[in-house]
Amino acid sequence: METTINPSVDLHRDDTASKIGMWLFIFTEILLFGGLFIVYSVYRFRNPVAFHLAHQELSVTMGFINTVILLISSATVAIAITAMQKHNKKLTMIMLGLTLLLALVFMINKYFEWGAKFEHGMYPGSELMANLGHGDMLFFSLYFFMTGLHGVHIIIGMVLLTITLIKVKSGAVNAGKYQLLENSGLYWHLVDLIWIFLFPLFYLIH
Amino acid sequence: MAEQTIHHQEPNYLEYQGKYKGLAGWLTTTDHKRIGLLYFYSMMTFFLSGVVMGLLMKYELIAPGEQIMGAQTYNGLFTLHGLTMIFLFVIPGVAAVYGNFFLPILIGAKDVAFPRLNLASWYLYIIGAIVVLISQFMGDGPPDTGWTFYAPYSLKTNTNVVAAVTGAFILGFSSILTGLNFIVTMHRMRAPGMGWMRMPLFCWTLYGTGWIQLLATPIIGITFLMVMAERLLGIGFFDPTIGGDPILYQHLFWIYSHPAVYIMILPAMGVITEIIPTFARKTIFGYTAIIISSMAIAFVGYFVWGHHMFTSGMSSTSRWVFSLLTFLVAIPSAIKVFNWTATMYKGSINIQPPFLWAIAFIFVFMIGGFSGLVVGSLATDIHVHDTAFVVAHFHYIVFGGTGFAFFGALHYWYPKMFAKMYNIRVANIGLLIFFIGFNLLYFPMFYLGLMGMPRRYYDYIPMFEPANLLSTIGSWIMAIGLTVILVNLSRARKMTGKAVDDPWDGKTLEWQIQSPPTVENFEEIPTVTTGPYDYK
Repeated sequence: METTINPSVDLHRDDTASKIGMWLFIFTEILLFGGLFIVYSVYRFRNPVAFHLAHQELSVTMGFINTVILLISSATVAIAITAMQKHNKKLTMIMLGLTLLLALVFMINKYFEWGAKFEHGMYPGSELMANLGHGDMLFFSLYFFMTGLHGVHIIIGMVLLTITLIKVKSGAVNAGKYQLLENSGLYWHLVDLIWIFLFPLFYLIH
Repeated sequence: MAEQTIHHQEPNYLEYQGKYKGLAGWLTTTDHKRIGLLYFYSMMTFFLSGVVMGLLMKYELIAPGEQIMGAQTYNGLFTLHGLTMIFLFVIPGVAAVYGNFFLPILIGAKDVAFPRLNLASWYLYIIGAIVVLISQFMGDGPPDTGWTFYAPYSLKTNTNVVAAVTGAFILGFSSILTGLNFIVTMHRMRAPGMGWMRMPLFCWTLYGTGWIQLLATPIIGITFLMVMAERLLGIGFFDPTIGGDPILYQHLFWIYSHPAVYIMILPAMGVITEIIPTFARKTIFGYTAIIISSMAIAFVGYFVWGHHMFTSGMSSTSRWVFSLLTFLVAIPSAIKVFNWTATMYKGSINIQPPFLWAIAFIFVFMIGGFSGLVVGSLATDIHVHDTAFVVAHFHYIVFGGTGFAFFGALHYWYPKMFAKMYNIRVANIGLLIFFIGFNLLYFPMFYLGLMGMPRRYYDYIPMFEPANLLSTIGSWIMAIGLTVILVNLSRARKMTGKAVDDPWDGKTLEWQIQSPPTVENFEEIPTVTTGPYDYK
């Protein structure tokens, strides 16, 4: 049993608490997508052929490039944290910048991928989509909804990382106090993790 | 419990002037006690408007035929009544008001782990409430789907479903963040010597509730997002004409909304568990059993959602599995009732309003619980599904459970929160009227449901008239009781003279500090050396 007072009581700062809080929040994010994975499994189970045919419309190359980009960005954000622990502020900033750049490339890639679909008249609410068979319709509904929601998370992650970068630059986040950096990093790993599941579900299924 | 030095010269949380004064001081506060009161006042506003809607609906049902409103108005009214009472009152309910106010004090902390996030949760709650209200006045009229937003009707109706669903989504966020805050608070902020097994049981129920809030709420969040996408973008998820499955919507909805019942009832049980030992002057019977049963309710409650859907198309295997699990969840609830009564056995009972509220809670909760077994059994559920029986059942649980505990807690902690004592006699009379009115209002609905009166109908055949008349009269009596209770409490606020710091002779930490508490609760963090209910 603890016999000492948690020092955070008077410091008004408790890094472990923020970390637990961030992890709990990540649970909720996973469950948010968990609901979608349930919906995906149910409809995939009911329309195996349509889902298989529909997935061939997606470009595996594009998906693969984006997967690699996100994996690298997860590594760069991890390096940023370690660099901070080793008092290397400059490397932290470079790595955060690189992560943001990779995130941006991911979004540009996504823009072209979605843009091509839109050009072919394939977007939610379009006439083409309304005339698809039920299975294809569900596949593309889920595709746009799940990758779209993931895209929103990428943007939130980018905002978080930008704030962190500014605070690292100003010194508000430093080697003695880098919980914000660590939490943003955790969030970024989550964004990466979700994509790791989305990629095979939409691009690679057989 | 620990000795506490009291410094009366410190300003209490009500008088304290921070950077901002007056109303601005309240709206920018990060003090968990003030945030608790912010929740309290906003919640009471919504609760009372929900009560008025309920009274109007009961008046409409006083006799067959149209009395004061047509079918569409009635549909809008029961939807708004459900939304208000469920999302704005009982789900945040006991946890947001008394959890915020007392959780840090009960574990010997100065505040919750994330005070600013705590304030943000309240703002999300208010924004969500405003969006729900806007749904009433925008677009093509108030939603008429019921609070469940069942597809495909919620996708087809012209009424303003999107705004209502957005409001509920935001409220979900508020709920998640409150749960997260409480869990971290209990992990990190317990006073020295306050081990997990020395925490007051109200904290334990908040801990279980926090986990349900975290693990269940995201599911309804995503479901509501899908409803929005389907309405706004024409994406097919739940509409059968474009390949969707409306039953899947029901599954997703109840995966959250059944655990939500435990979000409502667990902290309520926690309050009762605090009240009973104080007034029985005895240590709680079966401290560990209560913890285990709370966690079991939280856990098993996650796996019973299918019992809302016995009649909507499920395999017979899932039906009996869900029915069995539903019966299982009754066991930990019953364990609690045994613990409460066993605590009273051979105690030196001090009959005071909070204790009477606790007794009334046990009484109505038992009726609600047993009628739950009727709807949880496959055969009887077919008969009573979607009838007034179900309405009676969940009002006994949600209003009789959470509502009674909410007012019980108010009477228990009122002297601590405001340092004033209300008139005991009037409080007891108010409870008596309220209790009679409550039972007269809801008990006839059991009979009506068994006889076949459907729920959510604004009109009925003449054979149902006597019981409906009785029920409507009950609603008036209950309203009178509620008025007596609230007037008594608000008059106490203006009384001169100060209540003593420990009027009930309680042993938990909140009774060891001054009333009203100072801004930081404890000038010195106490060291805890005994369990929470240290009576003879």
